[in-house]
Amino acid sequence: MNLVLCFATGCRGRALRSALSKVLFFAFVYDEIMISPERSPPRSSSQSPRSPSATPFLSISVTDPVKLGNGVQAYISYRVITKTNLPEFQGPEKIVIRRYSDFVWLHDRLAEKYKGIFIPPLPEKSAVEKFRFSVEFIEMRRQALDIFINRIASHPELKRSEDLRIFLQEDEETMDRARSLETGIFKKPSDLIQIFKDVQSKVSDVVLGKEKPVEETDPEYEKLKHYIFGLEEHLAETQKQAFRLVKRHRELSQSLADFGKAIKLLGVCEGDTLGKVFSELGSKSELLSIKLQKEAHNLLMNFEEPIKDYVRAVQSIKVTFADRANAFRQHCELAETTKLKEINLEKLNIMRSDKAREAEIEYRELKAESEQATRKFETIVRLMNEEIVRFQDQKTADMGLAFHQFAKGQAKLANDIADAWRSVLPKIEACSLNSQHD
Amino acid sequence: MMGPEAETPYGFDPPSAREEMESLALSDVPSSDYRSAMSSLPAALSAASVDGGGGDPLLSPPPHLQFPPASPASGDGSSSSASSFLDPPSYADVIFSPFESQHNGGGGGGDHGSFLRRDSSPRSARAATSDYLKISVSDPQKEQETANSLVPGAATYITYLITTRLRSAATRDGDSVPAEFVVRRRFRDVVTLSDRLAEAYRGFFIPPRPDKNVVESQVMQKHEFVEQRRLALERYLWRLAEHPVIGKSDELRVFLQAKGKLPLPTTTDVASRMLDGAVRLPKQLFGEGPAAQVAPEDVVQPAKGGRDLLRLFKELKQAVTNDWGGVKPLVAEEDKEFMEKKEKMQDLELHLTTASQEAEALVKAQQDIGETMGELGLAFIKLTKFETEEGIYNSQRIRAADTKNVATAAVKASRLYRELNDQTVKHLDTLHEYLGLMLAVNGAFSDRTSALLTVQTIMSDLATLNTRIEKLEAASSKIFGGDRSRLRKVEELRETIRVTEDAKSCAVREYERIKENNRSELNRLDQEMHDDFLSMLKGFVINQVGYSEKIANVWATVAEETSRYARGSN
Repeated sequence: MNLVLCFATGCRGRALRSALSKVLFFAFVYDEIMISPERSPPRSSSQSPRSPSATPFLSISVTDPVKLGNGVQAYISYRVITKTNLPEFQGPEKIVIRRYSDFVWLHDRLAEKYKGIFIPPLPEKSAVEKFRFSVEFIEMRRQALDIFINRIASHPELKRSEDLRIFLQEDEETMDRARSLETGIFKKPSDLIQIFKDVQSKVSDVVLGKEKPVEETDPEYEKLKHYIFGLEEHLAETQKQAFRLVKRHRELSQSLADFGKAIKLLGVCEGDTLGKVFSELGSKSELLSIKLQKEAHNLLMNFEEPIKDYVRAVQSIKVTFADRANAFRQHCELAETTKLKEINLEKLNIMRSDKAREAEIEYRELKAESEQATRKFETIVRLMNEEIVRFQDQKTADMGLAFHQFAKGQAKLANDIADAWRSVLPKIEACSLNSQHD
Repeated sequence: MMGPEAETPYGFDPPSAREEMESLALSDVPSSDYRSAMSSLPAALSAASVDGGGGDPLLSPPPHLQFPPASPASGDGSSSSASSFLDPPSYADVIFSPFESQHNGGGGGGDHGSFLRRDSSPRSARAATSDYLKISVSDPQKEQETANSLVPGAATYITYLITTRLRSAATRDGDSVPAEFVVRRRFRDVVTLSDRLAEAYRGFFIPPRPDKNVVESQVMQKHEFVEQRRLALERYLWRLAEHPVIGKSDELRVFLQAKGKLPLPTTTDVASRMLDGAVRLPKQLFGEGPAAQVAPEDVVQPAKGGRDLLRLFKELKQAVTNDWGGVKPLVAEEDKEFMEKKEKMQDLELHLTTASQEAEALVKAQQDIGETMGELGLAFIKLTKFETEEGIYNSQRIRAADTKNVATAAVKASRLYRELNDQTVKHLDTLHEYLGLMLAVNGAFSDRTSALLTVQTIMSDLATLNTRIEKLEAASSKIFGGDRSRLRKVEELRETIRVTEDAKSCAVREYERIKENNRSELNRLDQEMHDDFLSMLKGFVINQVGYSEKIANVWATVAEETSRYARGSN
């Protein structure tokens, strides 16, 4: 399949290319569904389920994690496949290789440029070195990145960003260059910078003798802030329990395996028919151990991860809060400064001073800045109002799906357990009938 | 037969009577019992919840004491509460056909104090042959040590009220015996009972008594400790009562029924026994005649617990000779079948230990998953409340409703897990019980070993004596007219030999008796273990199936309610 891809992307002839694309598509579908079960999680079949499927479409998948590099500098690269019919993109399909820090670059650029929009959250950078290359961690990250990129692609504003296009289309060298340009300044997550700025301005406020930092007093906005902060707390608790539940499944799996083995050994000491019952029971116990292990994984990927994603989303909203607060402050400060300048200018005009002309120019500049700051603030407010609605809708859908997966998984597990144990009953029956004839 | 002399009664119980009792016990459980036991299982399945305490005033106190994990199995209808939720069809089809209607099993008050067995497990079938209907231990009281203590001052101890109900108000000796007895005993009495039983019933698998606890008196009085002990005592007495032979013993009867001080001879401590033995030793070594002989009646007890130091030394020497001497002992363990069985028991013990440990781990894991599920449910409930209170948008309302459904399901599932586990504990408890029984088995085997040792020692003695006679006779014959002093000595020796021969017959008889006890007990164990284990597995499996089905239903509902999200996302 890889060969076909290379061939297709290198092709010039249109007809040949489109024909090959079709072949490609089928090969890709086949690949994703049939050949690589370990690569494709339940959610990612032929296309990412989160991509919009209306006629102008942009569908992206993040696949095929491969470890590159050596030693300390080793990292995981992902294949990002873009399928689209939008004219801005180079053709119906494009494949690039990207790594996690490329995604971070994209995220940070968007966060800079689109203040007011809740930028889809990224999965965390792993702190523990050992865990960095575990299969599970890589799979979780891949899934999260896939969700991330598709959320951007389905956002009315973000999907039009130039940075997205660069990310999806440019070759690896260009990407590397772009990334290293930003590395120095934007390496830290943008919210840290925001917090830093906040602290700065708060300090300066106090130092300058202002009692309170300048803040909005919009009651609805207050409600929203209160809601978001409370939500984060509750979600964090929920996520903690969900993760613990995954662990419990694993623990139960282990003890079922051990129990099964011990029971089988015990059965050897027993007579013939009874021994068989023990043996059967032990086998079923071991079988269930495997099923529990599977369900633990399912829980992790399709229940705990979405909740964690929810938490990240809420944190992203908090970043926007900070942006809004900053914008508000700037708008207020500039408005005030402009006013002062205006008064000053009038004074100068009255005094027919030479400095008046200069002051006039400064005033006009400042006024323009102030207006821009005000516009910026108002944009953020407007965007946020739209975003919050989107957010609520999206989260209802996301959590709904997560709940469904959770319930489905638990139901299936319980049924499997019931079936497995039930199958032992005939043997037990046979044994007890047997013993009655003694 | 509780004379003041400790030694005679036990040794000379006419073996025939005992054997009669044994055979009675064995045949007392006809196959029909088992059949009825099995078929009445559905009835037990539907029996009402285990948590009953009835209005039985004799039930032991704090109702807040729920089933401690060590609570013994009523392995049968413990799946009862499972089935009361289940739709009969999903179950009855698989297992039994006629699904009998619910009935309240037994005389209520299941495991909550007095182990009433319902009529459906192999255990209850066995229990039905016991003389005793119910034994309960209750009402721990603190009492003071009266005079006689070396250290003046209040040494306190705990006494327990033991209430016994007889199965039948059968008449004994023509008088009608009251159906119920109430006595007060302390733990020391239990030790006495256990020691007397160990002496009297050598070769039997005597249920091991609860441990003596070497703890401070402070700890002794703590409620938890007392409660643990109370439960342990109850289990112990009940197990004794269930044993086909020991359950009918005088020792137990006296323990349960004799008012006032326990009329069983107490075990003297090691120190005073040693002292007594030391006093006798010189006479044994230097005196001839009776003092040097092993009294026939003594040989029916092992040398270890007695006062005869000389005998102790001799048997020790014999044991060493057996192990290290090149000569094969005159009588040896020949029963191949027994050797095989013994090995099997060792294997069994090994595997039981592991199984018992893993069973505990499994129970813990089940408990944990249930708990976490519950906590997850709670977290969701809080989330729902929050969203409902602060919600503005419709999507929030929908999400709050969805969250609530999941929360409710999680809490339900958590409860089901807890119930499942409570039942699992009871079933798997059979493993722990049989592991405990291995102790008794080892005890019975060592009874056999020490009886054999006694026989071997006596036979060595006899051989030695005979050799001495030969030597003396040979020496005497060289002297003209015979050596009167030597000949007198020979006479004495012959007398000793005669006594020793008597002792040997006793010892051999005892050994054979113990061998027979071993054999019958092994058979009993085989049968009972087979039934109990089968019952355990069955109960365990049925329990798991029942609860898993319920849990599946709970989640299936939620999956159905949220299925629109799955469709939407594709």
